[in-house]
Amino acid sequence: MALLELQGVSLAFGGLKVVHDLDLQVEEREIVSVIGPNGAGKTTLFNLITGIYRPQAGDIMLDGASIVGLEPHQISRRGISRTFQTLRLFLNMSVKENVMAAAYGHTRAGIFRSMLRTPGMRREEREIEALAHERLAFFGERLMGYRWDQPAFSLSYANRRRLEIARATATNPRILLLDEPAAGMNPAETHEITELIAKLREDGGYTILVIEHDMHVVEGISDRVVALDHGIKIAEGSFESVATNEKVVEAYLGLNTAATK
Amino acid sequence: MTDSTPHSSSIPASGPAVGQDEWVARHAARRLMPVGPLRTVEERLRIVPWWAWLVLFIAAMSLLPVVESSGYVRRVGFDTVLYMLLALGLNVVVGWGGLLDLGYVAFYGVGAYAYALLDSDKFGVHLPTLVAVPVVVVIGAVVGFLLGLPSRRLTGDYLAIVTLFFLQLFQTVMTNGDSAFGHNLTGGPNGILRIDPLHLFGHDLTVQHQGVFAVSYFYVALGFFAVVFVALRFVNSSRTGRAWRSLREDPLAAEAMGMPVNWLKLMSFSFGAAVAALTGTLFAALNASVFPLTFYFVLLITVYTMVILGGSGSQPGVVAGALIISPLLEMLRDPGKSRIIFFAVLIGGVGLAARRSRTLGVAAAATIAFGFAVHELARAIDASWVSGEKAGGFAGAVDHWVVHPAQLASWIPPVSYIGLIAATLLVTTLHGRLRLVALVPTLYLSAFVWENVMLAKPEPARYIVLGLILIALMILRPNGLLGERRVEIV
Ligand SMILES: Nc1ncnc2c1ncn2[C@@H]1O[C@H](COP(=O)(O)OP(=O)(O)OP(=O)(O)O)[C@@H](O)[C@H]1O
Ligand SMILES: [Mg+2]
Repeated sequence: MALLELQGVSLAFGGLKVVHDLDLQVEEREIVSVIGPNGAGKTTLFNLITGIYRPQAGDIMLDGASIVGLEPHQISRRGISRTFQTLRLFLNMSVKENVMAAAYGHTRAGIFRSMLRTPGMRREEREIEALAHERLAFFGERLMGYRWDQPAFSLSYANRRRLEIARATATNPRILLLDEPAAGMNPAETHEITELIAKLREDGGYTILVIEHDMHVVEGISDRVVALDHGIKIAEGSFESVATNEKVVEAYLGLNTAATK
Repeated sequence: MTDSTPHSSSIPASGPAVGQDEWVARHAARRLMPVGPLRTVEERLRIVPWWAWLVLFIAAMSLLPVVESSGYVRRVGFDTVLYMLLALGLNVVVGWGGLLDLGYVAFYGVGAYAYALLDSDKFGVHLPTLVAVPVVVVIGAVVGFLLGLPSRRLTGDYLAIVTLFFLQLFQTVMTNGDSAFGHNLTGGPNGILRIDPLHLFGHDLTVQHQGVFAVSYFYVALGFFAVVFVALRFVNSSRTGRAWRSLREDPLAAEAMGMPVNWLKLMSFSFGAAVAALTGTLFAALNASVFPLTFYFVLLITVYTMVILGGSGSQPGVVAGALIISPLLEMLRDPGKSRIIFFAVLIGGVGLAARRSRTLGVAAAATIAFGFAVHELARAIDASWVSGEKAGGFAGAVDHWVVHPAQLASWIPPVSYIGLIAATLLVTTLHGRLRLVALVPTLYLSAFVWENVMLAKPEPARYIVLGLILIALMILRPNGLLGERRVEIV
C-alpha cells in the first residue's frame, strides 16, 4: 500500500479548475518530483495535502486512512511536513527558535508545567534544543555558531530556504513536501541542495515530494517525475520519459494552452 | 527550456557568494550595538542573568516606601505596580500572541467586579483572600476564553473590532446591571462600595494606616508582580511561548508546523485576561469601590502606550514602559511640571528629528529670536496681549517669550489649534531651507497653543504630551525602549 495516496482530487477557485481529478501514489522512501509550468497547480497540490485547502472531490489517504477534513496541524502531527515556496519563516524569532517551535506537535509539556519548570519539562526542553541543533547541523556550518541566536530575518535568501527545510524536519515527519527548494540559489548552492535532498532521505528516512523548476535538480534526485499542467497530470514516470514526453514539452513551450481547457 | 525559471534569473550574475548573509548578519549586530565604551559596558551587563536583574529591580522598588514617606507618592508607586502587571498581561496577547485585543481592560474590570461581588457587603459574601484571588483569576481566564471562542477565527481588524465591542458590552452591562431582571447586581453607574480589603487568616490588611496610605498593599502588589513576571517568562521560553510567537509571526506557517493556532489564540487571550483579572482584585481591594467607567478607553490607551513605548514583546520593556508612563501621567497633572515636560519633549523631539543636520542650531536660535520679536511686537501694539499670569523660574522665562493674553478671544483656541496642525503638516512636506523657515513659526505656534490652550485644560493636555512623547520615541526607537529589532515585511 502506498504511503500517500490521492484519489480523484479536485479543487476549483470560482470557475478555475486548479487541480482536476488528480490521482497520485507515493511509496515509502520515494522521491517524487512534481513539475509543470507556472500556475499548473503544484503549490495548490501541496496545500491540499497539508490541509490548507480542502478538496472539493476525491480523497487523500495517509497510510490508508483519509486525512481530508483534518486541520493542518493535525496533518502535520500525522507526519506530513512542508516548506513554503514564498518562505514563511518566523522572521523575528531566532534561527534556533524557528526550529524549536516546530517540535510543538510531538512534545508534551503544558503551560502549567512550563510555569513551574518541572524537571520533566526541563528535560523535554533540552531534548528540543538538541533536536534543533541536530536539524541545523544537517546544513553544515551555514546555520550554526553565531547564527543560532540571530533573528531569522538576518539570514540570506538561500539560508532562509535551508532554515525552512530544517524547520520542516523538526516536526519529525514521514513525508516532506519541498516547494521549490532550489529557487533563488546560485548554481553551486543548487548542486548542494540536490545532494542534500538525497541525504535527507538517507539520514531521515523521509519520503519526499519536491516541486522544482530546475531540471538538473529534478534529474538528479527523482525516482519518479509527475508533470502537471492546468491541474491535470499530463505525464508520470522516470525523468527521461517525462522530459521527452510530447505533452510536457508542449506545456512548457506554451503551445498547448489554448487546447487544454 | 529547463533553466527558464523566474527565480534563477534573480541571482546576480556576479554571484553574492558567501559574503552576503555574512554581511547582513554582522550589519544587524553592528546596528544593535552602541559603539565605544558603552559597548563594553553593554557586553559585560549581558553576563548578568535575568533573575539577578529582577531581584535588583524588586529590591530597588521595595525601597520606595523607605525613602519616601508621602502617602501620595506611595500611592502612585502602588498604581505603577498595577500598571506593570497590566502591561505584562497585555504583552502576552499583543506582544507574543500578536492579537490586537482592544477589550483588554474589560478583563481588569471583570477581575475587580468579581472580587467586589465575592468580598463585599453587596451580597454579604466575604470569601477569604486566599480563596477569592484564585477564583477571580479563574473567572478572568474563563471569560477571556469565552471571548476568544467567537474571535478565534478572526484576525487583525476584525478581532480588534470584536474585542472593542466586548469592552463596550462590559460597560453597558455594568452600567445597567443595577436593574438586571429586577435585581441590582452591579450597582450600575454608582458601582459597588464597601469592598473588603485583602484579609489573610482573619487579619485585615488595612489600606490606611493612621490616615496615610499603608505600604502593605504596595508590597503585596510587588509580590504579585514578581510571581507573574517569572511565571510568564517561563511560559515564554517554553514550547507554548514559542508557539505564541510563531503565531504572531505567521499563523499559517505555525499551523502547518503542527501548532494548533486556534487553541493557542484562546490560551493567549485567556492568559492575558487572567493577569488583568488578578490585577483587578488588587485594585478593588485597595479602593474599596469599583465603578464601570474606570475600565474604559483612557485606561486602554494608557496600557497600550506602556506596552508599545516599552517594546511590545519584551517583558522588561513593557515594565519599563509602565514605570515611565505611570509617574509621568501623575506629574502631568501639575501644570508647572507638565510645562517643563512639554518643552523638554518639544526640544528633544526637534533635536532628534534634526540629529544629523547642521541647521539645528540655526533653527533653535531663529525660534528663540522669533519668539522675542513677536513678544515685543505684541507688547508694543497692545500690552494686554502679554499680560497673562506671570510666574517665576522656568515658567517666568517662558512668559517673556510666548504671547499670553490675559483674556483670550473665543476664536483663538480653535484657530491656533487648527493652524498648528496645518503648519505641522506643511513642515513635513517641505524640504531644505523652506522647511527651516516654516519650522520656526510652527515651533513658536506650538508653544503658544500649549501655554494658552492646553494648560487651561490639563486633562486632555496630559494625553497630548503623552502622544508627543510617543512620537518622539518612535523616531528614536521604532520598536520601543527595550524592544527587539523587528521587521514587519521582508
Ligand atoms: N487561493 C486562491 N484563489 C484563487 N486562485 C488561486 C488560489 N491559489 C492559487 N490560485 C490559482 O491557481 C493556479 C495554480 O496556482 P499554484 O500556486 O498552485 O501554481 P504553481 O504550479 O505552484 O505555480 P508556480 O510554478 O508559479 O509556483 C494559479 O492560476 C493561481 O492563480
Ligand atoms: Mg508554486
